[in-house]
Amino acid sequence: MKTDLLVSLGLTFFTTAIFSVGGISAMIPEVHRQVVEVHGWLGNDSFATAFALSQIAPGPNILMMSMLGWRIAGWAGLAVATLATVVPTSALSLVAGRAENRISHTRWYSLTKRSFPPLVVGLICASALVTAQAAIDQWLGYVLTAGVALFVALTRHNPLVPLTAATVIGVIAGRLGYF
Amino acid sequence: MDAPVAPSSESHLPGERPHVSRLDIFSGFFLVGMFGFGGIAAAMHHVIVERRGWLNDQEYASVLGLGQVLPGANLVNMATIVGDRFCGFVGAVLALAGLIFMPIVILIILATTYDQFATNPDVIAATRAAAAGAVGLMFGTAYKIGKTVVNTRWALFFAILSFVSIGLLRLPLVGTLLVLGPISVAVSFWRSER
Repeated sequence: MKTDLLVSLGLTFFTTAIFSVGGISAMIPEVHRQVVEVHGWLGNDSFATAFALSQIAPGPNILMMSMLGWRIAGWAGLAVATLATVVPTSALSLVAGRAENRISHTRWYSLTKRSFPPLVVGLICASALVTAQAAIDQWLGYVLTAGVALFVALTRHNPLVPLTAATVIGVIAGRLGYF
Repeated sequence: MDAPVAPSSESHLPGERPHVSRLDIFSGFFLVGMFGFGGIAAAMHHVIVERRGWLNDQEYASVLGLGQVLPGANLVNMATIVGDRFCGFVGAVLALAGLIFMPIVILIILATTYDQFATNPDVIAATRAAAAGAVGLMFGTAYKIGKTVVNTRWALFFAILSFVSIGLLRLPLVGTLLVLGPISVAVSFWRSER
């Protein structure tokens, strides 16, 4: 039973990661689809919390995948999710990195490099939308989203500044009964 | 931070590689992981280029570009490539371990702590607000990147198409990319031929 879950988890995360052009933003909508909608391993609440905690913690934001694995299947899930997300893509990077000189002058590399970024922008927006639907259900949430979005879009400060501000505002609003 | 081995980015000539030990690789990426709050991109550049001088800006951009084209997290891919370049396979493993080990431990401690206070109204409000803020961070980032890369009608077309199929229609990622990826490359090819 547990083994079945781990195999299924590993395959799902592996497939998601190996197609995640642009990193975590490609992973979030797909992993939400799989984990919440297809398999029903977690609810929207747990998904949103895993997202929030992995944003607060230091380190690469793909560790959200590890967090999801841990929530779904405990320590074994943590290990499987982390390995399935990190190892195959890193192996590919290792091979590509060694061939960088041969790859970087080819026609298809420059074409790919030019073609993917617009797709990634669409994926980041999709990621934001899917997460918003899972995590936000009150007007103040949308206000905080808009505030941070504007701050990030218009300034060059570390995003931790508006994120911290949003969190503090949330706590105060919660105390006042608005959140 | 750690011991000051801080050559400037110009301290080695192109083609000449600075000596970097396995311990350097591990400790360097350990720092990136630990100090990368709110995204590790800035910390990565700071450690690799400014603090340790492993790569100059041009080399950094080139490796980052490769990391972005490859699937997976750009900066995790980058850590693998840099670790391997200086210390081979073991270096790649050490770079990865350095980058993610402590952040995973911290994340688990954070989640365990969260679980103990999960019914506290302040904690609930803080988590919900952080999630809402982080959604804003994604939209802001999309705008920032979009401003530079969505510069033609075709680029806008593909950005909208990927958003609609993944975000609105909730279609599977694999199928979407297997269709949109080749088509967008083909369009770039066709446009560069004209």
